[in-house]
Amino acid sequence: MGIRTLAVAAMGVALTLAVHGDAAAAESVKYKVVDESSIPKSLTGKPGDPKKGRALAINRKKGNCLACHVMPIPEQPFHGNIGTDLNGVGSRYSEGELRLRVVDPKVVNPDTIMPAFYKTAGLHRVLKKWQGKTIIGAQDVEDIIAYLKTLK
Amino acid sequence: MGKRHLGAGLAVGALLAASLAVPAGADDGIRSGYSYMTPETKGMQDDDFQNPGMIWVDDGEKLWNTVDGKAGKACATCHKDAATSMKGVATVYPKYDPKIKKVKNIEWQVNNCRTERMQAKPWKYESGQLLAMTVYIRHQSRGMPMNVSVDGDAIPFFQAGEKFYNQRRGLLDMACKHCHADNAGKNARANLLSQGQTNGFPVYRLKWQKAGSTHRRFRGCNKQVRATPYKAGSDEYMNLELYVAWRGRGLPVETPAVRN
Repeated sequence: MGIRTLAVAAMGVALTLAVHGDAAAAESVKYKVVDESSIPKSLTGKPGDPKKGRALAINRKKGNCLACHVMPIPEQPFHGNIGTDLNGVGSRYSEGELRLRVVDPKVVNPDTIMPAFYKTAGLHRVLKKWQGKTIIGAQDVEDIIAYLKTLK
Repeated sequence: MGKRHLGAGLAVGALLAASLAVPAGADDGIRSGYSYMTPETKGMQDDDFQNPGMIWVDDGEKLWNTVDGKAGKACATCHKDAATSMKGVATVYPKYDPKIKKVKNIEWQVNNCRTERMQAKPWKYESGQLLAMTVYIRHQSRGMPMNVSVDGDAIPFFQAGEKFYNQRRGLLDMACKHCHADNAGKNARANLLSQGQTNGFPVYRLKWQKAGSTHRRFRGCNKQVRATPYKAGSDEYMNLELYVAWRGRGLPVETPAVRN
């Protein structure tokens, strides 16, 4: 009986993975932008993990911050130079300002090339498999913020 | 020769006077994709014996002279020697066609000739035959400056293409212009962003290991920003092709170019 329950549960996990693949979960957390410059409150209430954040910054299918930004990640050979150098970004911006720039940078700069990493609204012709999804999950955002805060 | 000097001292006239054998830039900082390639890739394009795209030129020439369809005609039956009749054609396509009241590209025109004049079946977009014929026709203009017409009846189609180019799309919410106008010359990791010019198309792309059309490239770009692409040969991509060809005005036709 116990084994059977486990098997069913495992199948459920497998199905979920098959459907979602590496796509992030649908945007579910509501957040509040203050003064068009900051999201002071954590999306999850759970502290971010800077180690995970660093890994997400490297991961091409997740944060992929390295695509556009120079960062203190010397083991990765190619850093993009489209965005600003993120060395010292933790000193230049508050946590809330960093969070807004990851969640929806167009609030700050409407013409930026930078994607909104936690937004589903107002997008045009999103591929079916990505519809209703955000690029990364809410806790991923918090992990990346935690990492960016260490870049003093 | 052929090197791009970015110094302000070099006049546009000097660039125009440069030999067409090696593609130079046009004015206004307009740069061919060629200028972003490594010396090895440039060398591959420059030498017809090494350029893998020349296979499509050869195939296109054979098809040009092959009778097909119920009318018993080949392209050569009406158009004779392509070196003469097709010279310059690539510089003015895509163009407005008053009969269809739309913009058409060379692929469309080839298939229109096939169905209307030759009574032959149209070739599928991105098929070996349509690619070969398009490469062959555009190759007859190699070295000539791109010069599409975007006035008169073409205006609304040009504007639609421009709108497409500047419209954000997909989950990554990027427009063509974000990479190819605002950030050309910069790196996305190891990938050097070009201006996305079409003067070498259809190109032999090393990544594809074959020749491919502008519309295939448009689809690839759209999918990369996680947007739903349009069909190859769609009105949307015809208009975009016109706009992008205009962006490359003055650049020499390089077909078949070699790109990475």
